Amino acid sequence: MSMYLEMIRVRFLMMLAYRTNYYSGILIYSINIGAYYFLWSAIYGGKEEIQGLSVAQMTTYVAVAWMARAFYYNNIDREIAAEIKDGKVAIEMIRPYNYLGMKTMQALGEGIFRLLFFSVPGMIIVTLIFPVRFDASVTTWLFFFISLVFSFIVNTHINLLTGIMTFFLFNNTGLIRAKRVVIDLFSGLLLPISFYPEWAQTVMSYLPFQAISYVPSMIFTEGFVGQEIYHALLTQIVWVIILLIPIRLLWSLAKKHLIVQGG
Amino acid sequence: MNVIEVQNLRKEFNSYTSRPGLAGAFRDLFTRNYKIHAAVDNISLTVKQGEMVGYIGENGAGKSTTIKMLTGILTPTSGSIMVNGMNPHKQREEFVRTIGVVFGQRSQLWWDIAVQESFRLLKKVYRVSDEDYNHHMGHVIETLEIGPLLDKPVRKLSLGQRMRCELAAALVHNPPLLFLDEPTIGLDVLVKLKIRKFLQEINEQYKTTILLTTHDLTDIEALCERVVLLDEGKIIYDGRLDQLQEHAVEGKQIEFEFLSEVSRSSLPRVENIQWEQKDATTWLGYINGDEQMVSRLISDVVQKNPIKNVRINEVSTEEIVRKIYEEGMALT
Repeated sequence: MSMYLEMIRVRFLMMLAYRTNYYSGILIYSINIGAYYFLWSAIYGGKEEIQGLSVAQMTTYVAVAWMARAFYYNNIDREIAAEIKDGKVAIEMIRPYNYLGMKTMQALGEGIFRLLFFSVPGMIIVTLIFPVRFDASVTTWLFFFISLVFSFIVNTHINLLTGIMTFFLFNNTGLIRAKRVVIDLFSGLLLPISFYPEWAQTVMSYLPFQAISYVPSMIFTEGFVGQEIYHALLTQIVWVIILLIPIRLLWSLAKKHLIVQGG
Repeated sequence: MNVIEVQNLRKEFNSYTSRPGLAGAFRDLFTRNYKIHAAVDNISLTVKQGEMVGYIGENGAGKSTTIKMLTGILTPTSGSIMVNGMNPHKQREEFVRTIGVVFGQRSQLWWDIAVQESFRLLKKVYRVSDEDYNHHMGHVIETLEIGPLLDKPVRKLSLGQRMRCELAAALVHNPPLLFLDEPTIGLDVLVKLKIRKFLQEINEQYKTTILLTTHDLTDIEALCERVVLLDEGKIIYDGRLDQLQEHAVEGKQIEFEFLSEVSRSSLPRVENIQWEQKDATTWLGYINGDEQMVSRLISDVVQKNPIKNVRINEVSTEEIVRKIYEEGMALT
């Protein structure tokens, strides 16, 4: 266990090694939230609410969605792909730990770092400029954080899957890029799921992506209440478990398949 | 006790060949020409505890593939492997605790963070106690002279500095078996000497078994008593290094440098000696025969001609190995 904690610490150090990235990250997140705020204000025009969300709720939704993204977002798919391509995965195989577990810990280290040092300062800037409401009750905050943990796990699962695919495709930059767009679009980060046409919503309810961003944001903005919260959390848990299966399968296949490139 | 036991080990790779031309490229879209290529072809090998074995061969002879199978990175196509009493691939997590590996071409330290942070992480990964770590690593750090480098990020180190740190990182858990895959590649003489001296030390102190691949045969000469020669995936020699030299060397070469110009006629005419003129004042004599010939020849030559210098040239391992690969010399 202590080695996993140590890995989180090392990841912190790595994030700190590149300070410029850190400062520009805060700026980029604030700009993104600002851009979406103005976009949504224009779309709302004079209307009180669209699809059951008021302007204030919408702004909060956008701000929270991006704050959550700072936590669940990570680049381990790209890292795994790079490590496979340049053969570094060989070195990981001679370590007495689970490679995927270690990658998940690195992702968690990165996530916690971003949550504390990106999101929190970013949110303070955003609340000063835009009418975002953070007056949710304690239970809402609690449910929000629980669902945030699950969205991290679901997203990391998907990233691991994408990363492992490199074993079979050898070059999957395209897949990684496509995955990123699909997640941003179908997870409800850019547009709440309830804004999609009925048929699209039905399709999306069978996909894991809404467990990533839509659920925590809706919980926080109180778009989900009462029974809906439990239902949403349960969906997340189900996806956490379901996604484990293909990861296990592909990973054991990949290990057999392992050809260290450039060796 | 045998640390490594390998029986009829074989590893095949499936590779495809591209057909030439545009039409060929289109055909490749549908069917491909696959070819099976055995990188390691039925090798058997045992290594005892405390041995230092040099594993040599040309590029592509299968050295790295063997090491990857021995360390559990690659699964063999057939054959059996027992290393440290375990099957490397089946009992991976337990097994890798008992080995240390250095890949000269690949860094296993974390690029962006200080060296000591990598060591600290490895210490946790291998569950090394503070006491063991301080005692053992203190010694390693001192011998390799990397103390002043510990707080620098790896990306700022020179190659020689990095290699020494890599070696230290592979030894954090003081493994009884060490695999070194081209550990001295691209290093200057001083660093090489330092690393060799260090390897000898840990071999003596901890009876660490070392399997070493390298293209620099002076490494092997300095460290290994036993060499395993690999060619196209097969072992073509496995035995003592000095025996390899004896086998391969057909006689000696003596270089005479005279004070003045010397003609062929003033040199002794003896059977079993061939003369070759290098330049106006230098002649090379090749002796095919017993040891006594050497001193007899020298005294004969010196009596007649004033000389500036005499040199007896031993054939270097490098030359032996070159000969073996180029001429396909038969070895038993």
